[in-house]
Amino acid sequence: MEKSSVQHKTGFWEVVKSLLSGLLLTWRHFRNADKRRAPVPVMDDNYFKQPEGLVTLTYPYEAIPVPENGRYRLHNEIDDCIVCDLCAKICPVNCITIESVKATEEIGVTSDGTKKRLYAPVFDIDMAKCCYCGLCTTVCPTDCLTMTPVYDFAEVDIKNMIYHFTDLTPEQAEEKKQLLQKQQEEMAAAKAAALAARKQQ
Amino acid sequence: MLAFLLTLMLLLGIVIVLAYAERKVAAFMQDRLGPTEAGPYGSLQSVLDVLKLLQKEDIVPAAADKKLFKLAPILIFAAVFAGFAVIPFTPELIPASIGIGVFYLLAIISLDVVGLLMAGWGSNNKYAMLGAMRSVAQIVSYEIPAGLAILSVVMICQSLDFQEISYQQGILLNRFPGLEFEKNWLFGIEALGINTTNIGGITTWNIFRAPLLLVAFVIYFIASLAESNRAPFDIPEAESELVAGFHVEYSGFRFAVLFLAEYSMMVLVSLVAVILFLGSWNTPLPNLTTLKFADWTTGTIGSLSGILWGGFWLLSKTFVLLFLQLQIRWTYPRLRVDQLMHLCWKVLTPVALGVVLLAGIWRLLMV
Repeated sequence: MEKSSVQHKTGFWEVVKSLLSGLLLTWRHFRNADKRRAPVPVMDDNYFKQPEGLVTLTYPYEAIPVPENGRYRLHNEIDDCIVCDLCAKICPVNCITIESVKATEEIGVTSDGTKKRLYAPVFDIDMAKCCYCGLCTTVCPTDCLTMTPVYDFAEVDIKNMIYHFTDLTPEQAEEKKQLLQKQQEEMAAAKAAALAARKQQ
Repeated sequence: MLAFLLTLMLLLGIVIVLAYAERKVAAFMQDRLGPTEAGPYGSLQSVLDVLKLLQKEDIVPAAADKKLFKLAPILIFAAVFAGFAVIPFTPELIPASIGIGVFYLLAIISLDVVGLLMAGWGSNNKYAMLGAMRSVAQIVSYEIPAGLAILSVVMICQSLDFQEISYQQGILLNRFPGLEFEKNWLFGIEALGINTTNIGGITTWNIFRAPLLLVAFVIYFIASLAESNRAPFDIPEAESELVAGFHVEYSGFRFAVLFLAEYSMMVLVSLVAVILFLGSWNTPLPNLTTLKFADWTTGTIGSLSGILWGGFWLLSKTFVLLFLQLQIRWTYPRLRVDQLMHLCWKVLTPVALGVVLLAGIWRLLMV
């Protein structure tokens, strides 16, 4: 393809013409100020087809919806959690802290039918550390750990960035620990008794 | 005293509206929203800005020349505000009706420069000093083409009285004492044989009465942008590059006064442009045979309708020019300092001199 040089325009009337076309441009934008860009998500067909009107969104009042597969704040549905610790293990930045206490009997079932056998006295996610990779949500066997569309959760105190998902109060957790210990002691005692009985035979 | 207070109130009102309009117009031209939070559509924004400025601490730098520093904003505003004394707002209403209004206005506006230098020097800050010197250099240079453009109007109108120049540009021509037998001709050419004395409207505005003055108007408008330090001639206080020009050290009330003076200057140069070139308080609608638009939209002199129509036309024309100033600010890039001086001394001044010469010939031959 042949290169064509840009014609440099000179002369009084050319200058006047270019000055007027500049004024016309700003005037066109001014006239289109009654139109607003619609807050449509990026998936929308019209997202790239809104050349006219004001582009500013008054953010807290209106916002562009985030994509469905977007990765934002984590949420754990503790009722469905089997406290398997997989999320804490895969987390590259170690932002999930889980402590588990074995239940003395079956606690219940999750919504997909898996049996729950562990209490979680501590299930903390430090969203200040989170790198939003989403690995924890992929490994979660019961799909209880999910990414929500919430992205505006800044805090004044950084301690508030740690989200506590446990459904046990500290007292309840202590009680469950005692129960487990009691059961284990009973089992150990039963075991010892059985062992002693076998030795005597 | 009453005229002083009324003019001050009117000016403050216009400046508040203008400061809000500036932000909104700027936003709309850049596809933004502008102020939205303070009041409906952000309309109280500039009022709140003023209140904020009044609450601020009045800081006077320790090293400043305190007397000059404190006096400068008042002098700058007083110089600009004094210019409003000779502006005719309606056929009857003029704060000070003096015969040499145009001359007085040009003289009193020049006092502004002294205030700028006082502010820059008194701040004892090299940046303020540089800003002041640039502002002053620019204003002094551009006073020449502006003055020549005004001179050509004065030569064609044969008057230094703003009110007389106003009367000449409309159907009330013969009502002014001393002009009872004057006539207006279309484009000022008697040979065309179209008497526009009773047609009025846009046909008797100075830019139509003497088409030569259209050139003078363009020159005056460009020069007035530079005189009020507006874009594209805002090198001294280029907002995007510098913090401020001569007023870096000012805060609080004193800054508010400087700000007010700057916006008053914009209003004043627009008012002068309207009075000298765009028919002053005369209606733009001409009388067409039986449709007496000009008569209907002029009102009766001496009655309330005359005052209201006159004020309405003068202010609405002024606001059109002010809008044009804003639009130019958001359209054109800033001139370099050498381009600025080139435009002034090598383009506008020679052309203005030519216009003055032609205006003299025009006056001798045509009118």
